[in-house]
Amino acid sequence: MTVQSPSTPSQSLWRPNRDRSRLIQTIVKCICGAFAAVSIITTLGIVATLLFETITFLQEIPLWQFLTDRKWTPLFASKEFGIFVLVSATVMISIISILVAMPLGLLAAICLSEYASPRMRKILKPVLEVLAGVPTVVYGYFALLTVTPSLQALLEFLTPLLNVFLAVLNALPFIAIESLPELKGFNSLSAGLVLGVMITPLVASLSEDAIYSVPQRLRDGAYALGTTKRETITSVVLPAALSGIVSSLILAISRAVGETMIVTLAAGANPTLGLNPFVPVMTMTAFIVQVTKGDAVHGSIAYQTLFAVGTTLFLITLALNIFSFWFVRRFREKYD
Amino acid sequence: MTQTAGATTAHKIAFQAEKLSVSYGSVMAVKDVFLEIPQNQIVAFIGPSGCGKSTVLRCFNRMNDLIPSAKVEGRITFNGQDIYDKHVDAVELRRRVGMVFQRPNPFPKSIYQNIAFGAKINGYQGDMDELVERSLRDAALWDEVKDKLKASGLSLSGGQQQRLCIARAIAIEPEVILMDEPCSALDPISTLRVEELMQELKQKYTIVIVTHNMQQASRTSDYTAFYNAKATDQGGKMGYLVEYDRTEVIFQQPAQQSTQEYVSGRFG
Repeated sequence: MTVQSPSTPSQSLWRPNRDRSRLIQTIVKCICGAFAAVSIITTLGIVATLLFETITFLQEIPLWQFLTDRKWTPLFASKEFGIFVLVSATVMISIISILVAMPLGLLAAICLSEYASPRMRKILKPVLEVLAGVPTVVYGYFALLTVTPSLQALLEFLTPLLNVFLAVLNALPFIAIESLPELKGFNSLSAGLVLGVMITPLVASLSEDAIYSVPQRLRDGAYALGTTKRETITSVVLPAALSGIVSSLILAISRAVGETMIVTLAAGANPTLGLNPFVPVMTMTAFIVQVTKGDAVHGSIAYQTLFAVGTTLFLITLALNIFSFWFVRRFREKYD
Repeated sequence: MTQTAGATTAHKIAFQAEKLSVSYGSVMAVKDVFLEIPQNQIVAFIGPSGCGKSTVLRCFNRMNDLIPSAKVEGRITFNGQDIYDKHVDAVELRRRVGMVFQRPNPFPKSIYQNIAFGAKINGYQGDMDELVERSLRDAALWDEVKDKLKASGLSLSGGQQQRLCIARAIAIEPEVILMDEPCSALDPISTLRVEELMQELKQKYTIVIVTHNMQQASRTSDYTAFYNAKATDQGGKMGYLVEYDRTEVIFQQPAQQSTQEYVSGRFG
């Protein structure tokens, strides 16, 4: 029997249209590139507008005044431009919200990824994410119409107890507190609490991803050394997921800083410098809403203030994102 | 067909498995294993993929408990005590029966902390620096890492990471070390180092090693268990123990035809 040599393909039967493939390739590349460019151009456009208007603003109001004035009254006759009045409100509310979201979100994440059975996880995770889908305006009036009255009622209920506590405190040297603080109808406390609930799913979902993606063999390694489940989670799994957890927290803070509806509805519109969570304040975003709702004349100082505040907001979130980026790069463990 | 060989030795028995079967959900992974692991000896488990050798290994420190669908039947005793008894704490058992895994899995902590972690968790009261040094020396890693104990365990090479994992396992002074294909992710030189290390560790510990490498089994072990898999009615594979005897018997004059074929490289 003769061994057949592999037959040579008849060249004439194969005529791939290389030119057309190449042309389609180029067109597809251009289309994809164009769509990608849209987002970049938009960002650049926003940054350019913000910077341009902010520079105009700073030509009239010196930066020093912007940073050191103790009042924020750009719409009044006697104008003062102390941005820290607005920044303090934003920072306070964001801190309150992250104090709520961090424990809630992290514990939910740990529970979901480490303790829940696969079936529970399949049910609970989407439910948690539904929370993220509630419109923020709903959260806003929930804070204003439900949480604030409840807190007021709670404070009233606790007044006798708090008065005793106050008396004890005042008996100590160097402490003199006149009376109990009163929770106003608009306040940062309930805005912060509700904002915290709003960003909890974000923290929970992203942290859960980070915790879940810690390789199983690290857990096995810990168990094989005679550790309990809790010890494995606290000493091996959480440290291994640290970068993901921190970046989820930072993303949540950026979200809180930029949140508008809840703080506009529940925290008030009263620029107050300080960190008292019981009184009405005005955050940066709430100010932007106030001015854009009104009729600020193009080119007027009120109009330019808008951009100065916007730039400040942008710089804060940018700084947070850069920190997060750096942190993740620095602390991410690479498991192949 | 199965046999509990190696029973008559001068060594005391560390583990004894009787009619051990493990199933995952409705799938039987390995069935009716009888064997004895003598103390201060190296026992190798060999066999083709899916024959249940790793599954059996993971019964000795109850790592199968961590897989919700796993079910273990039969009886395993460790120093005469049934380890699947209700009153036995799996966490305590794992402290006495250490494990080294197929892929090196150092914790994302410093080299020092990788060793000290298990000791701290288990309430070690002695001198930690001394324990870390001793464990790293025993694992033949000390000279390579003594100047960078603060560096991350993940910064080491694969072979070093695996020796770090061995050091971590022996730091908590177990009685047995289970090794699940510890060299499969290592290069030949690192493999050789781990094998040399096993010979030294044998003085203090009982070692059970799962390996795909028959040369490794014949070079290092005192006893060898050959597992095989057979097709089941459901279309899956079920593992069983074919033969267990002194390593030289398994490799030179096995009692079973399939063992002969496997160790001579005719299948598997």
